[in-house]
Amino acid sequence: MGDKQKQKLTPEQQQYQQLEQKHEIKRPVVKNCFKAFLVGGLICTIGQAITYFYIYFFHFTEQTAGNPTVATMIFLSMLLTGFGVYDHIGQFAGAGSAVPVTGFGNSVISAAIEHRTEGFVLGVGGNMFKLAGSVILFGVFAAFVVALFKTLLTMMGVL
Amino acid sequence: MLPMFFWAFVVGGLICVFGQLMFDIAKLTPAHTMSLLVVLGALLDGFGLYEPLIDFAGAGATIPITSFGNSLVHGALQEAEQHGLVGVLTGMFEITSSGISAAVIFGFIGALLFKPKG
Repeated sequence: MGDKQKQKLTPEQQQYQQLEQKHEIKRPVVKNCFKAFLVGGLICTIGQAITYFYIYFFHFTEQTAGNPTVATMIFLSMLLTGFGVYDHIGQFAGAGSAVPVTGFGNSVISAAIEHRTEGFVLGVGGNMFKLAGSVILFGVFAAFVVALFKTLLTMMGVL
Repeated sequence: MLPMFFWAFVVGGLICVFGQLMFDIAKLTPAHTMSLLVVLGALLDGFGLYEPLIDFAGAGATIPITSFGNSLVHGALQEAEQHGLVGVLTGMFEITSSGISAAVIFGFIGALLFKPKG
């Protein structure tokens, strides 16, 4: 809580907040990070195995194999989300299952499944990108700015 | 081949630890964390730093969401080389299309197949 907000509170409220802070359960940061490292690393290792699969059996190159790999990972994440397994992984791993692209897939798919009771058009269609939308928005806008700058600088001969 | 698995594990894991620190220390919501990571990936590619990471760690760099920002910039720049400024718009989703289409398609199939629980 910012200092500005704190000033508005009465002394009793401030006291209560100190009390609350004292009893707040500390997040086990080191343990959480270890779990995130383990699960996130494992997901990426599985991704690496799928990448090699596409390189050896479908003749993708190291550079292009990333695309089918991402699609396959999202497919796997659909199965895990549908059977309710991904939620359990997420509770254990925190960012370890949210940061990989499977977490992106999970947020789209779980939103789609959750809202199907509201119908396919308004429910599934309208809410699918409820969580992932912000990732797409800021990703695209940042990429636009970066690419625009770089192209302009290249055109002006700076780069 | 084996070292590649090792580095994919380590680098991918470290990016996830970075995300976890944003959850726990900076107290950001998952949506804020993901958005920041994507922006970070876009910036890194702008400075030409993400491609070497992919060469080094393979899926450890392509699977975390940062690679989404990276491939958006990459596609935009690729097209911009051929068509100039318009290419920034037309090429944006050139490389990422598989991720977005997979999410849309499998999201819909998932909604058809599975019923919400609880």
